[in-house]
Amino acid sequence: MTIRLNGEDYELAEPVTVHGLLDRLDIDPRRVAVEHNLVVVRRARYDSTMVRGGDEVEIVNFVGGG
Amino acid sequence: MDDDLLTIAGKTFRSRLIVGTGKYASHDAMRRAHDASGAEMVTVAVRRVDLDARDGSSLLDHIDTDRYALLPNTAGCYTADEAIRTARLGREAGLTNWVKLEVIGDERTLFPDNEALLAATRVLADEGFVVLPYTNDDPIVCRKLAAAGAAAVMPLGAPIGSGLGVQNRNSLTIIREQAEVPVIVDAGVGSPSDAAVAMELGADGVLINTAIAGADDPVAMAEAMRLAVRSGRLGYLAGRIPRRRYAAASSPVDGLVGH
Repeated sequence: MTIRLNGEDYELAEPVTVHGLLDRLDIDPRRVAVEHNLVVVRRARYDSTMVRGGDEVEIVNFVGGG
Repeated sequence: MDDDLLTIAGKTFRSRLIVGTGKYASHDAMRRAHDASGAEMVTVAVRRVDLDARDGSSLLDHIDTDRYALLPNTAGCYTADEAIRTARLGREAGLTNWVKLEVIGDERTLFPDNEALLAATRVLADEGFVVLPYTNDDPIVCRKLAAAGAAAVMPLGAPIGSGLGVQNRNSLTIIREQAEVPVIVDAGVGSPSDAAVAMELGADGVLINTAIAGADDPVAMAEAMRLAVRSGRLGYLAGRIPRRRYAAASSPVDGLVGH
């Protein structure tokens, strides 16, 4: 199955939780925010939110800015 | 003067200087400049994690969030929807409901799109955000933003990164006289005197990024800006003399030798 991850196609073998996706990407969940199909996922819901084929996911963090 | 605090949405700051985190040559230079600036709030931008080139480091490793409040921005957003999405992500990433709201209308000037800015301000204020919109130096727009729920207004002094200083002193004075929320001059400050001018005109604070980060010595410039903001603030509170076209002697005109 394919998802759109930060604007690019990304292959997954099966649906995963947001937490599982962050683990797979080796991303510390405390440093990022995640949007799933245009809705921000609260951190408390990383374990219960499933990412499935065709979903759009954005993972963002803070960078320098004014 | 120790009780001269800046209050935005019930949160008080001793420093009236807000600084950015962009364009620094290194994280270490940024950290030392922040320290020298005396600022208590720093802006940050929200961007996609680079999934191909990650080294595990984070900007937040270099910001002591016990000392500095985070002010996520929506820089680079050209529509209200983009800015709203970005603000929501910034809230989750930074665990703060404050946002420096930018909705840009033009790539070359980076001037705001006031119509979209107003719409986004309404939505985010309704969602409980503390909204600080970056806006034109237009008293009417500033009034509308405050009515839409903005916790402060952030009129530009000049285009972002231009270093031109406050281009329309009269407008800024009028904004300060009319605004019922704090006025933070955001963008355009190039030198300490620019910051002092903004504060002398009555601005409640100044936000500076490029002028510090881009200086040959960012740490020294950060301190200069800290002093300039303080100096301008004191000058404003002290009440300057009226301007006059001709001279008024400072020394007595009576008792001159030879008269």
